[in-house]
Amino acid sequence: MAIRYITAIVLGSLLLVNACNNSQSRVLETSQSAVQLRSFQAKQFDTKDKEFMMRSVMATLQDLGFVIDDANMLIGTVSATKLDGYALRMTVSIRPAAEKTVVRASANYNDQPVEDPVPYQRFYESLQKATFLEANDVIG
Amino acid sequence: MNGHQKLGRIAPAIACLLLGCAPGIPTEALQINPQTLAQREASSRSYDTGNEGEILSASVQVLQDLGFTIDRTAADAGLVTASKQRDATEGGQVAAAVAMAVLFGVYMPVDDNQLIRASIVTRPIEESKKTYVRVAFQRIVTNTQGQTSKIESLNDPELYASFFRNLEQAIYLEGEKV
Repeated sequence: MAIRYITAIVLGSLLLVNACNNSQSRVLETSQSAVQLRSFQAKQFDTKDKEFMMRSVMATLQDLGFVIDDANMLIGTVSATKLDGYALRMTVSIRPAAEKTVVRASANYNDQPVEDPVPYQRFYESLQKATFLEANDVIG
Repeated sequence: MNGHQKLGRIAPAIACLLLGCAPGIPTEALQINPQTLAQREASSRSYDTGNEGEILSASVQVLQDLGFTIDRTAADAGLVTASKQRDATEGGQVAAAVAMAVLFGVYMPVDDNQLIRASIVTRPIEESKKTYVRVAFQRIVTNTQGQTSKIESLNDPELYASFFRNLEQAIYLEGEKV
């Protein structure tokens, strides 16, 4: 009987030790492939005006209740946080591609990555209204 | 309800606790809602100047007047962000905590400290030589046990109206170069 208990304790501790090692592996962890993530995080807009897209993204985030944390026109990034009983942090990157502009949004809800396509669809619906431009899927 | 049904109801909750999973992002988090327009109106103004830099600089003055520390500025994107740490003690809460302690001998943590964050975004409206300004405030409150007790956007229209009164004055002074 005693041996059973000891075995259970040893196994239990091993599991715990394993779990500790795993928390470091989270640095490069992702639950989906980069291709899958990009398929719903990125959209392309029919404009070459990067500044217009930057400012529209900032206005949309403010409409959605975010406080803008940082913006960089040269690199084309906007970071923002929404606090509403939860912390939602979002980075939006804006880059020119041929005759168009590609916008990509990635969000973290508390300590979890947002990897569900629906919230991103909602974000792009709001951005479409702000820009009067259609958000199209990025091909290739 | 028999034992099996009960277990069926409780099991997912227990599994959730054991696995430490949290409920996901609310679907409306990234959606424009009926309050959006009213909130946009309360938190924005437009001024009769094509000089965006002047508005940004007046905004910095107001934030400094209010004791904020400027965290980031990006003039080409029309952004100033700032924050300040302040006391968050509320008389009512303290009175309730004292009553709990006296009557039931229970220690109740009360709000202690708050981090207030602000962002100001300007946008030139070229065709009408105006500049549009929008401000947003948020706060994170921690209690006497160091736990986060409130994490929220501040949406009181009076707060925004009062901020813009300060900004108007600062823009006027900026114009006068005082």
